[in-house]
Amino acid sequence: MDGGTEFVDGNALAGTLAEVFAVDVTAALARCGSCGETGPLAGLRVYGRAPGLVARCPGCESVVLRVNRGPGAAWLDLRGATCLRVDLPD
Amino acid sequence: MAGTAVPGRLTWRVATLVDAVEETPTARTLVLEVPGWPGHLAGQHVDVRLTAEDGYRAQRSYSLAAPAKGDLVRITVQELADGEVSPYLVRGLSIGDPVELRGPVGGWFVWRPTDPSPVLLVAGGSGVVPLVAMVRARREAGVRTPFRLVYSVRSPGDRLYADELNRPEPGLDISYVYTRTTPEGWPAPPHRIGVPDVNSGGWPAEFEPACFVCGPTGFVEKVADILVALGHDPRRVRTERFGG
Ligand SMILES: Cc1cc2nc3c(=O)[nH]c(=O)nc-3n(C[C@H](O)[C@H](O)[C@H](O)COP(=O)(O)OP(=O)(O)OC[C@H]3O[C@@H](n4cnc5c(N)ncnc54)[C@H](O)[C@@H]3O)c2cc1C
Ligand SMILES: [Zn+2]
Repeated sequence: MDGGTEFVDGNALAGTLAEVFAVDVTAALARCGSCGETGPLAGLRVYGRAPGLVARCPGCESVVLRVNRGPGAAWLDLRGATCLRVDLPD
Repeated sequence: MAGTAVPGRLTWRVATLVDAVEETPTARTLVLEVPGWPGHLAGQHVDVRLTAEDGYRAQRSYSLAAPAKGDLVRITVQELADGEVSPYLVRGLSIGDPVELRGPVGGWFVWRPTDPSPVLLVAGGSGVVPLVAMVRARREAGVRTPFRLVYSVRSPGDRLYADELNRPEPGLDISYVYTRTTPEGWPAPPHRIGVPDVNSGGWPAEFEPACFVCGPTGFVEKVADILVALGHDPRRVRTERFGG
Protein backbone atom coordinates (compact mmCIF):
# COMPACT_ATOMS: atom_id res chain seq x y z
CA MET A 1 0.00 0.00 0.00
CA ASP A 2 1.55 3.25 -1.12
CA GLY A 3 -1.19 5.33 0.47
CA GLY A 4 -1.81 6.81 -2.96
CA THR A 5 -4.83 5.37 -4.68
CA GLU A 6 -5.20 2.12 -2.77
CA PHE A 7 -8.37 3.19 -1.05
CA VAL A 8 -12.06 3.56 -1.74
CA ASP A 9 -14.78 5.63 -0.05
CA GLY A 10 -16.59 4.80 3.17
CA ASN A 11 -19.53 3.77 0.97
CA ALA A 12 -17.74 0.44 0.72
CA LEU A 13 -18.32 -0.11 4.47
CA ALA A 14 -22.07 -0.20 3.91
CA GLY A 15 -22.49 -3.93 3.37
CA THR A 16 -20.43 -5.05 6.35
CA LEU A 17 -21.95 -2.44 8.69
CA ALA A 18 -25.47 -3.29 7.50
CA GLU A 19 -24.88 -6.74 8.94
CA VAL A 20 -24.40 -5.11 12.34
CA PHE A 21 -26.69 -2.07 12.36
CA ALA A 22 -30.38 -1.87 11.50
CA VAL A 23 -29.98 1.47 9.73
CA ASP A 24 -27.45 2.60 7.13
CA VAL A 25 -24.66 4.21 9.13
CA THR A 26 -22.51 5.28 6.18
CA ALA A 27 -24.57 8.49 6.09
CA ALA A 28 -24.03 8.98 9.85
CA LEU A 29 -21.61 11.71 10.96
CA ALA A 30 -18.44 10.61 12.70
CA ARG A 31 -15.98 12.86 14.49
CA CYS A 32 -12.30 11.99 14.17
CA GLY A 33 -10.72 11.44 17.57
CA SER A 34 -7.39 12.86 16.39
CA CYS A 35 -8.14 16.04 14.45
CA GLY A 36 -11.82 16.59 15.20
CA GLU A 37 -12.90 16.63 11.55
CA THR A 38 -16.56 15.64 11.29
CA GLY A 39 -18.09 14.05 8.23
CA PRO A 40 -20.12 11.11 7.04
CA LEU A 41 -18.63 7.64 7.38
CA ALA A 42 -19.08 7.52 3.60
CA GLY A 43 -16.34 10.15 3.36
CA LEU A 44 -13.70 8.09 5.15
CA ARG A 45 -10.88 6.42 3.22
CA VAL A 46 -11.29 2.68 3.30
CA TYR A 47 -8.24 0.46 2.93
CA GLY A 48 -8.16 -3.30 2.58
CA ARG A 49 -10.65 -5.78 1.28
CA ALA A 50 -13.76 -7.15 2.97
CA PRO A 51 -14.06 -8.96 5.33
CA GLY A 52 -11.32 -6.81 6.98
CA LEU A 53 -11.57 -3.05 6.43
CA VAL A 54 -9.75 -0.07 7.94
CA ALA A 55 -11.29 3.40 7.58
CA ARG A 56 -9.10 6.47 7.95
CA CYS A 57 -9.90 10.16 8.38
CA PRO A 58 -9.60 12.05 5.05
CA GLY A 59 -8.14 15.01 6.99
CA CYS A 60 -5.37 13.43 9.04
CA GLU A 61 -5.24 9.75 7.95
CA SER A 62 -5.79 8.49 11.52
CA VAL A 63 -7.73 5.26 11.86
CA VAL A 64 -11.35 6.08 12.71
CA LEU A 65 -12.90 2.65 12.40
CA ARG A 66 -11.92 -0.94 11.85
CA VAL A 67 -14.32 -3.73 11.06
CA ASN A 68 -13.66 -7.38 10.58
CA ARG A 69 -16.30 -9.93 9.73
CA GLY A 70 -15.00 -13.23 11.00
CA PRO A 71 -16.65 -16.63 11.25
CA GLY A 72 -19.76 -16.22 13.39
CA ALA A 73 -18.98 -12.67 14.54
CA ALA A 74 -18.14 -9.15 13.47
CA TRP A 75 -15.47 -7.08 15.26
CA LEU A 76 -15.99 -3.36 15.25
CA ASP A 77 -13.32 -1.04 16.65
CA LEU A 78 -14.54 2.55 16.83
CA ARG A 79 -11.93 3.96 19.16
CA GLY A 80 -10.74 6.50 16.57
CA ALA A 81 -14.14 8.22 16.58
CA THR A 82 -15.26 10.38 19.48
CA CYS A 83 -18.86 10.57 18.40
CA LEU A 84 -21.26 9.09 15.90
CA ARG A 85 -24.47 10.89 14.94
CA VAL A 86 -27.16 8.82 13.26
CA ASP A 87 -30.22 10.58 11.83
CA LEU A 88 -33.38 8.66 12.68
CA PRO A 89 -37.03 9.34 11.98
CA ASP A 90 -38.99 9.99 15.21
CA MET B 1 -30.78 -18.61 4.40
CA ALA B 2 -33.62 -17.37 2.18
CA GLY B 3 -36.67 -16.32 4.18
CA THR B 4 -34.84 -16.21 7.49
CA ALA B 5 -33.61 -12.63 7.19
CA VAL B 6 -34.51 -10.42 10.13
CA PRO B 7 -35.87 -7.13 8.75
CA GLY B 8 -33.25 -4.40 8.88
CA ARG B 9 -30.32 -6.72 9.20
CA LEU B 10 -28.63 -7.68 6.02
CA THR B 11 -27.76 -11.22 4.99
CA TRP B 12 -26.34 -12.88 1.90
CA ARG B 13 -28.86 -14.12 -0.63
CA VAL B 14 -28.53 -16.30 -3.69
CA ALA B 15 -29.19 -14.50 -6.95
CA THR B 16 -29.53 -16.16 -10.35
CA LEU B 17 -28.15 -14.81 -13.61
CA VAL B 18 -31.17 -14.60 -15.93
CA ASP B 19 -29.85 -12.41 -18.74
CA ALA B 20 -26.66 -10.66 -19.82
CA VAL B 21 -25.80 -7.80 -22.17
CA GLU B 22 -22.37 -7.31 -23.75
CA GLU B 23 -21.76 -3.59 -23.34
CA THR B 24 -18.23 -3.57 -24.79
CA PRO B 25 -15.76 -6.40 -25.47
CA THR B 26 -14.65 -6.15 -21.81
CA ALA B 27 -17.81 -5.17 -19.94
CA ARG B 28 -21.03 -7.01 -19.35
CA THR B 29 -24.33 -6.15 -17.72
CA LEU B 30 -25.69 -8.96 -15.56
CA VAL B 31 -29.43 -9.18 -15.00
CA LEU B 32 -29.88 -10.99 -11.70
CA GLU B 33 -33.03 -12.35 -10.19
CA VAL B 34 -33.10 -11.83 -6.43
CA PRO B 35 -36.27 -13.24 -4.84
CA GLY B 36 -37.87 -10.71 -2.50
CA TRP B 37 -35.74 -7.75 -3.65
CA PRO B 38 -36.90 -4.72 -1.59
CA GLY B 39 -36.14 -2.04 -4.22
CA HIS B 40 -33.30 0.49 -4.04
CA LEU B 41 -32.17 4.06 -4.64
CA ALA B 42 -30.01 5.15 -7.56
CA GLY B 43 -26.36 5.09 -6.49
CA GLN B 44 -26.66 2.17 -4.09
CA HIS B 45 -24.58 -0.95 -4.56
CA VAL B 46 -24.49 -4.63 -3.75
CA ASP B 47 -21.70 -6.79 -2.44
CA VAL B 48 -21.05 -9.92 -4.48
CA ARG B 49 -19.30 -12.93 -3.00
CA LEU B 50 -17.69 -15.85 -4.78
CA THR B 51 -16.70 -19.04 -2.98
CA ALA B 52 -14.17 -21.46 -4.49
CA GLU B 53 -14.43 -25.21 -4.04
CA ASP B 54 -11.79 -25.10 -1.30
CA GLY B 55 -13.85 -22.53 0.61
CA TYR B 56 -11.74 -19.49 -0.36
CA ARG B 57 -13.92 -16.44 -0.70
CA ALA B 58 -13.60 -13.14 -2.53
CA GLN B 59 -16.00 -10.25 -2.12
CA ARG B 60 -16.43 -7.09 -4.21
CA SER B 61 -18.90 -4.22 -4.48
CA TYR B 62 -20.89 -3.44 -7.66
CA SER B 63 -23.19 -0.52 -8.24
CA LEU B 64 -26.79 -1.14 -9.16
CA ALA B 65 -27.02 0.03 -12.76
CA ALA B 66 -30.77 0.68 -13.05
CA PRO B 67 -33.96 0.86 -11.01
CA ALA B 68 -35.20 -2.63 -10.11
CA LYS B 69 -37.91 -4.34 -12.13
CA GLY B 70 -39.59 -6.44 -9.49
CA ASP B 71 -37.01 -9.02 -8.44
CA LEU B 72 -34.65 -8.20 -11.32
CA VAL B 73 -31.59 -6.04 -10.72
CA ARG B 74 -28.71 -5.06 -13.01
CA ILE B 75 -25.03 -4.60 -12.41
CA THR B 76 -22.39 -3.78 -15.05
CA VAL B 77 -18.93 -5.20 -14.55
CA GLN B 78 -15.79 -3.95 -16.28
CA GLU B 79 -13.21 -6.68 -16.60
CA LEU B 80 -9.75 -6.00 -15.14
CA ALA B 81 -7.36 -8.31 -16.99
CA ASP B 82 -5.47 -9.34 -13.85
CA GLY B 83 -8.49 -9.18 -11.56
CA GLU B 84 -9.69 -11.89 -9.25
CA VAL B 85 -13.46 -11.42 -9.47
CA SER B 86 -14.35 -9.28 -12.49
CA PRO B 87 -13.17 -11.72 -15.23
CA TYR B 88 -15.44 -14.39 -13.77
CA LEU B 89 -18.45 -12.07 -13.68
CA VAL B 90 -17.80 -10.84 -17.23
CA ARG B 91 -16.97 -14.16 -18.89
CA GLY B 92 -17.36 -17.06 -16.46
CA LEU B 93 -20.87 -16.82 -15.06
CA SER B 94 -23.51 -18.43 -17.33
CA ILE B 95 -27.26 -17.93 -17.56
CA GLY B 96 -28.90 -19.92 -14.77
CA ASP B 97 -25.81 -19.85 -12.53
CA PRO B 98 -26.18 -18.72 -8.91
CA VAL B 99 -24.10 -16.00 -7.29
CA GLU B 100 -24.19 -14.73 -3.70
CA LEU B 101 -25.13 -11.12 -3.15
CA ARG B 102 -26.19 -8.75 -0.39
CA GLY B 103 -27.84 -5.38 -0.66
CA PRO B 104 -28.96 -2.82 -1.49
CA VAL B 105 -26.45 -0.90 0.63
CA GLY B 106 -25.10 2.63 0.91
CA GLY B 107 -27.20 5.62 1.90
CA TRP B 108 -24.81 8.46 1.07
CA PHE B 109 -23.91 8.23 -2.60
CA VAL B 110 -27.57 8.27 -3.67
CA TRP B 111 -29.80 10.51 -5.73
CA ARG B 112 -33.49 10.90 -4.93
CA PRO B 113 -35.92 12.10 -7.63
CA THR B 114 -37.49 14.43 -5.03
CA ASP B 115 -34.26 16.49 -4.81
CA PRO B 116 -34.85 19.58 -6.99
CA SER B 117 -31.15 20.64 -7.23
CA PRO B 118 -29.51 20.45 -10.63
CA VAL B 119 -27.24 17.44 -10.87
CA LEU B 120 -23.68 17.12 -12.15
CA LEU B 121 -22.41 13.61 -12.79
CA VAL B 122 -18.71 13.05 -13.53
CA ALA B 123 -17.73 9.54 -14.53
CA GLY B 124 -14.39 7.89 -15.19
CA GLY B 125 -14.63 4.53 -16.99
CA SER B 126 -16.91 2.08 -15.21
CA GLY B 127 -17.69 4.83 -12.71
CA VAL B 128 -20.51 5.69 -15.08
CA VAL B 129 -22.55 2.75 -13.76
CA PRO B 130 -24.16 4.33 -10.66
CA LEU B 131 -24.42 7.67 -12.48
CA VAL B 132 -26.40 6.12 -15.33
CA ALA B 133 -28.54 4.51 -12.63
CA MET B 134 -29.37 8.10 -11.59
CA VAL B 135 -30.13 9.08 -15.21
CA ARG B 136 -32.42 6.06 -15.48
CA ALA B 137 -34.12 6.84 -12.17
CA ARG B 138 -34.74 10.40 -13.38
CA ARG B 139 -36.29 9.07 -16.59
CA GLU B 140 -38.42 6.54 -14.74
CA ALA B 141 -39.66 9.14 -12.23
CA GLY B 142 -40.52 11.51 -15.09
CA VAL B 143 -38.94 14.49 -13.31
CA ARG B 144 -37.33 17.42 -15.11
CA THR B 145 -34.37 17.97 -12.80
CA PRO B 146 -31.59 19.24 -15.10
CA PHE B 147 -28.71 16.76 -15.37
CA ARG B 148 -25.25 17.09 -16.86
CA LEU B 149 -22.93 14.16 -17.33
CA VAL B 150 -19.21 14.45 -18.06
CA TYR B 151 -17.99 11.01 -19.09
CA SER B 152 -14.28 10.26 -19.38
CA VAL B 153 -13.34 7.10 -21.29
CA ARG B 154 -10.32 5.74 -23.07
CA SER B 155 -11.85 5.46 -26.53
CA PRO B 156 -15.27 5.63 -28.21
CA GLY B 157 -15.49 1.82 -28.12
CA ASP B 158 -15.11 1.80 -24.33
CA ARG B 159 -18.29 3.78 -23.72
CA LEU B 160 -20.84 1.86 -21.67
CA TYR B 161 -24.53 2.22 -22.61
CA ALA B 162 -23.44 4.04 -25.79
CA ASP B 163 -26.71 3.67 -27.72
CA GLU B 164 -28.82 4.75 -24.78
CA LEU B 165 -26.66 7.78 -24.07
CA ASN B 166 -26.60 8.75 -27.77
CA ARG B 167 -30.37 9.21 -27.79
CA PRO B 168 -31.24 12.83 -27.07
CA GLU B 169 -33.02 13.29 -23.77
CA PRO B 170 -34.54 16.62 -22.68
CA GLY B 171 -32.76 18.06 -19.67
CA LEU B 172 -29.76 15.73 -19.90
CA ASP B 173 -26.55 17.10 -21.43
CA ILE B 174 -23.60 14.79 -21.95
CA SER B 175 -20.02 15.68 -22.76
CA TYR B 176 -17.18 13.25 -23.35
CA VAL B 177 -13.50 13.30 -22.52
CA TYR B 178 -11.35 10.78 -24.39
CA THR B 179 -8.09 9.81 -22.75
CA ARG B 180 -6.50 7.61 -25.49
CA THR B 181 -8.38 7.68 -28.79
CA THR B 182 -10.98 10.17 -29.97
CA PRO B 183 -13.69 9.75 -32.61
CA GLU B 184 -12.67 11.03 -36.03
CA GLY B 185 -12.76 14.81 -36.31
CA TRP B 186 -13.09 15.29 -32.53
CA PRO B 187 -12.16 18.85 -31.61
CA ALA B 188 -9.79 18.00 -28.74
CA PRO B 189 -6.81 15.63 -28.68
CA PRO B 190 -6.88 12.74 -26.18
CA HIS B 191 -6.24 14.03 -22.66
CA ARG B 192 -6.98 13.41 -19.02
CA ILE B 193 -9.88 15.33 -17.54
CA GLY B 194 -8.99 18.86 -16.45
CA VAL B 195 -10.51 22.10 -15.22
CA PRO B 196 -11.85 23.19 -18.65
CA ASP B 197 -13.70 19.89 -19.14
CA VAL B 198 -15.38 20.05 -15.74
CA ASN B 199 -16.03 23.77 -16.08
CA SER B 200 -17.65 23.65 -19.52
CA GLY B 201 -19.47 20.34 -19.01
CA GLY B 202 -20.71 21.12 -15.52
CA TRP B 203 -22.81 23.73 -13.74
CA PRO B 204 -21.55 27.00 -12.27
CA ALA B 205 -21.01 26.63 -8.52
CA GLU B 206 -23.64 29.37 -7.91
CA PHE B 207 -26.31 26.94 -9.14
CA GLU B 208 -25.45 24.76 -6.14
CA PRO B 209 -25.72 21.49 -8.01
CA ALA B 210 -25.55 18.11 -6.34
CA CYS B 211 -22.29 16.65 -7.67
CA PHE B 212 -21.64 12.93 -7.96
CA VAL B 213 -18.17 11.78 -8.96
CA CYS B 214 -17.36 8.13 -9.57
CA GLY B 215 -14.52 6.13 -11.07
CA PRO B 216 -10.99 4.98 -10.31
CA THR B 217 -9.60 6.49 -7.11
CA GLY B 218 -7.06 8.80 -8.83
CA PHE B 219 -9.73 10.12 -11.20
CA VAL B 220 -12.14 10.85 -8.35
CA GLU B 221 -9.41 12.62 -6.36
CA LYS B 222 -8.63 14.87 -9.28
CA VAL B 223 -12.22 15.73 -10.16
CA ALA B 224 -13.22 16.37 -6.54
CA ASP B 225 -10.27 18.78 -6.22
CA ILE B 226 -11.26 20.54 -9.45
CA LEU B 227 -14.86 20.96 -8.29
CA VAL B 228 -13.79 22.44 -4.98
CA ALA B 229 -11.33 24.74 -6.77
CA LEU B 230 -14.20 25.89 -9.03
CA GLY B 231 -16.07 26.94 -5.92
CA HIS B 232 -18.37 23.99 -5.24
CA ASP B 233 -19.17 23.33 -1.60
CA PRO B 234 -17.26 20.15 -0.65
CA ARG B 235 -20.38 18.93 1.14
CA ARG B 236 -22.22 18.91 -2.17
CA VAL B 237 -19.56 16.78 -3.85
CA ARG B 238 -20.27 13.11 -3.22
CA THR B 239 -17.74 10.57 -4.33
CA GLU B 240 -17.54 6.86 -5.01
CA ARG B 241 -14.01 5.60 -5.53
CA PHE B 242 -13.83 2.22 -7.24
CA GLY B 243 -10.18 1.54 -6.35
CA GLY B 244 -7.27 1.04 -8.72
C1 LIG C 1 -18.85 0.95 -3.84
C2 LIG C 1 -18.17 0.36 -5.05
C3 LIG C 1 -18.91 0.16 -6.23
C4 LIG C 1 -18.32 -0.41 -7.35
N1 LIG C 1 -19.06 -0.57 -8.50
C5 LIG C 1 -18.50 -1.14 -9.60
C6 LIG C 1 -19.27 -1.30 -10.82
O1 LIG C 1 -20.44 -0.93 -10.89
N2 LIG C 1 -18.65 -1.89 -11.88
C7 LIG C 1 -17.34 -2.31 -11.83
O2 LIG C 1 -16.86 -2.86 -12.83
N3 LIG C 1 -16.60 -2.16 -10.70
C8 LIG C 1 -17.15 -1.59 -9.59
N4 LIG C 1 -16.40 -1.45 -8.43
C9 LIG C 1 -15.04 -2.04 -8.39
C10 LIG C 1 -15.15 -3.52 -8.00
O3 LIG C 1 -15.61 -3.62 -6.65
C11 LIG C 1 -13.82 -4.29 -8.07
O4 LIG C 1 -12.84 -3.58 -7.37
C12 LIG C 1 -13.37 -4.51 -9.51
O5 LIG C 1 -14.33 -5.30 -10.22
C13 LIG C 1 -12.01 -5.22 -9.52
O6 LIG C 1 -12.13 -6.44 -8.86
P1 LIG C 1 -11.23 -7.70 -9.29
O7 LIG C 1 -11.38 -8.73 -8.24
O8 LIG C 1 -11.52 -8.09 -10.70
O9 LIG C 1 -9.76 -7.12 -9.30
P2 LIG C 1 -8.64 -7.20 -8.08
O10 LIG C 1 -8.14 -8.63 -8.13
O11 LIG C 1 -9.28 -6.76 -6.88
O12 LIG C 1 -7.63 -6.18 -8.61
C14 LIG C 1 -6.72 -6.41 -9.65
C15 LIG C 1 -5.76 -5.25 -9.79
O13 LIG C 1 -6.45 -4.10 -10.30
C16 LIG C 1 -6.34 -2.99 -9.39
N5 LIG C 1 -7.66 -2.37 -9.37
C17 LIG C 1 -8.68 -2.63 -8.53
N6 LIG C 1 -9.75 -1.88 -8.86
C18 LIG C 1 -9.39 -1.14 -9.92
C19 LIG C 1 -10.05 -0.17 -10.72
N7 LIG C 1 -11.31 0.20 -10.50
N8 LIG C 1 -9.37 0.36 -11.76
C20 LIG C 1 -8.10 0.01 -12.02
N9 LIG C 1 -7.41 -0.89 -11.29
C21 LIG C 1 -8.05 -1.45 -10.26
C22 LIG C 1 -5.97 -3.58 -8.07
O14 LIG C 1 -5.22 -2.65 -7.30
C23 LIG C 1 -5.14 -4.79 -8.49
O15 LIG C 1 -3.83 -4.42 -8.78
C24 LIG C 1 -16.96 -0.83 -7.30
C25 LIG C 1 -16.22 -0.63 -6.13
C26 LIG C 1 -16.80 -0.03 -5.02
C27 LIG C 1 -15.98 0.16 -3.79
ZN1 LIG D 1 -8.66 13.26 11.55
